Amino acid sequence: MRATTVNIASKTIAEQVVNTVKSSVIKVSDILMLPAIGISLFLFLWSITAQNIHTSLGEFPGPRAVITQFSALYEEHQVTREKAAAFYERQEKRNQAKLAKDPEYTPKIRAYTGKETFIDQIVTSLITVTCGFLVAAFLAIPMGIAMGLNRRFNLAINPIVQVFKPVSPLAWLPLVTMVVSALYVSDDPLVSKSFLTSMLTVTLCSLWPMLINTSMGVSAISSDLINVSKVLRLGTFTHIRKIVLPASVPMIFTGMRLSFGVAWMVLIAAEMLAQNPGLGKFVWDEFQNGSSDSLARIMAAVVVIGLIGFLLDRIMLFLQRQVSWDKSTANA
Amino acid sequence: MNWKKFISTTIKPFLFFSVVLSTTQILHAETLGEPEKEELKFGFIKLTDMAPIAIAYENGYFEDEGLYVTIQAQANWKVLLNGVIDGTLDGAHMLAGQPIAATMGYGTKADIITPFSMDLNGNAITVSNSTWQKMRPNIPKMADGRPVHPIKADALKPVVEQLKAEGKPFKMGMVFPVSTHNYELRYWLAAGGIHPGFYAPHKGDTSGQIDAQALLSVTPPPQMPSTMEAGTIHGYCVGEPWNQQAVFKNIGVPVVTDYEIWKDNPEKVFGITAEFAKKYPNTTIRLTRALIRAAKWLDEKNNANRPAAVKILSQSNYVGADYEVIANSMTGTFEYEKGDKREVPDFNVFFRYNATYPYYSDAIWYLTQMRRWGQISSDKSDQWYKELARKVYRPDIYRKAAESLIADKVISANEFPNFATETGFKPPQKHFIDDIVYDGKQPNAYLEKFSIGLKQGQKL
Repeated sequence: MRATTVNIASKTIAEQVVNTVKSSVIKVSDILMLPAIGISLFLFLWSITAQNIHTSLGEFPGPRAVITQFSALYEEHQVTREKAAAFYERQEKRNQAKLAKDPEYTPKIRAYTGKETFIDQIVTSLITVTCGFLVAAFLAIPMGIAMGLNRRFNLAINPIVQVFKPVSPLAWLPLVTMVVSALYVSDDPLVSKSFLTSMLTVTLCSLWPMLINTSMGVSAISSDLINVSKVLRLGTFTHIRKIVLPASVPMIFTGMRLSFGVAWMVLIAAEMLAQNPGLGKFVWDEFQNGSSDSLARIMAAVVVIGLIGFLLDRIMLFLQRQVSWDKSTANA
Repeated sequence: MNWKKFISTTIKPFLFFSVVLSTTQILHAETLGEPEKEELKFGFIKLTDMAPIAIAYENGYFEDEGLYVTIQAQANWKVLLNGVIDGTLDGAHMLAGQPIAATMGYGTKADIITPFSMDLNGNAITVSNSTWQKMRPNIPKMADGRPVHPIKADALKPVVEQLKAEGKPFKMGMVFPVSTHNYELRYWLAAGGIHPGFYAPHKGDTSGQIDAQALLSVTPPPQMPSTMEAGTIHGYCVGEPWNQQAVFKNIGVPVVTDYEIWKDNPEKVFGITAEFAKKYPNTTIRLTRALIRAAKWLDEKNNANRPAAVKILSQSNYVGADYEVIANSMTGTFEYEKGDKREVPDFNVFFRYNATYPYYSDAIWYLTQMRRWGQISSDKSDQWYKELARKVYRPDIYRKAAESLIADKVISANEFPNFATETGFKPPQKHFIDDIVYDGKQPNAYLEKFSIGLKQGQKL
């Protein structure tokens, strides 16, 4: 009798262990295996279809061609860096010679004049998108709060927001270009005109989701909270700081995430059309080159653009989780 | 008073000035001062004839002059011209017609000059495969079955007429309204009896399709092959590598090179604003020096450096097409139909035959064609043609650059025109596809020789 109970107990323990192992295996396989299967299926389908698409620039690039181009692009980057080092060395020598000839001469070190590599273009794009986004956030969040707090102000502004929200960046671009070149005139500019054009286009397009979400978040604060604020007789700024902001943070961040996504998409299009430095220009230049590697290089850029977009979104999500009190709203 | 400072600021320049004065007569090179502007940005379009700029950069000729140059590809000729006008670009690889048209005020008005002609020849006319199939029976054959070159537009005429009978338009692409390609394509078509259409800018018609049998429209060079592949145009006239690209991609056949339309025709120039040349005279001379050296390197030792040049041009930041495609025309050959590769040693000329010297007569030829097709809507005197050419083409700057190179013993004097006697007008030129002789001194008389085109007194 006793032995059987022990038996049963051990059985249940063994079963439990098996069960936990099973469920954790299933969990691991869910997290790792399924995406791996999805990705490999995609790669397989990609290479099969790629082989069957014949463009005038040769076969459509499959995964292998793209990987080859990644390493080629990295090598190009290395070579360019070496060239840049040689350039600075030559410049140094030339400056010395000039100085020896004319002691009055004030030597000046000029930036490398060679081409931007793929990696340089990625960095340029990232800087541009971040700056454009920050400017937009700086404008949109205070404005959104004002709209959410004041129904009359909201009614006055809303039609304008609704009209400008769906405008494509490509429509803004010519206007922004002309305005920037007319107003931004300086002999020794702090930032280049092309940077400013791309950045402002990004700002103009990423403003709206943030503005709308902020105003909606602010206007949807529960009346209980507002009543508390009234009972405590909080001043306007304390009210905003202690009640409005914490309560609407989830919505504000949802808007910011949307905006960052829009900003990244807009930037690539703007760079492509305006020939401003960045990943968009890289894609356009390769398209214009029409060499047999061009398509694979463009595909490599597409992969990088996607990965960066994904990463930016994750960063915003992480920030949202950090600042939000209501963790349930911060879902992927 | 700080005497040291006084001496250095007041007396030194004086001393320097007198030293310079005393040596002027002895050494020319000494007078060429340091560049006033050292950081420059040049624009180009992805075509093999931008080579002198790429070579001057890669071989360090710009740096030798103390110039730090950034080279940037431009989306199309309009963007490039606007860049030079508004100052985002200091200079650019331009169509020979661009500085002339800009100075004249056709399109955007701006005073653009050129101290340096970049190359001769280098263009071709390509037609789509289907058009070629219809043209082919009309072309006389050699003993081995290959077509006799040069192919005239006479062979194309029945094709255009057949399309017209079916109610379909015959369309061709060229790169810019004042491009060499536009005039070459028009010249070739008109020589074969196909009317390419008139412009009437005074009536606001800048499409250039009045009375046209072949409708010409603008397409940026790198997009020519894909536009023809899409069926939007039946053919095009463009620079390299975009004709050879059509052969490689099996989408079209180059039928005639511009060398056959007009032997050794001037193609691209280096354009800067008149203001730039005035404000930065030393920089202008120095950049001209660098470009002359690059052009000489490209033609040196019977094109021995061309393969190295092609390698540079095939980099993605310059032309970026495949090495084989660029090499096909840059190394002295040209492939017409697939497999029909022929020797055309002068397809690209950068330095031989004084290719870099800005001849007034070249500018005037473009002006005559602008008048022929109505871009210049009313009659002008011979004097007007010559004065405009003098305003745009600046052999005086070229001469200073060349003489300083001679003084520095970089290039010998016999490789340049004899500056003492050079008038800027080439002797009457005979080698046109329709055998009409061109004398740059008599533009109006020249215009009378064409059967298709505006005549004296004619206004649309």
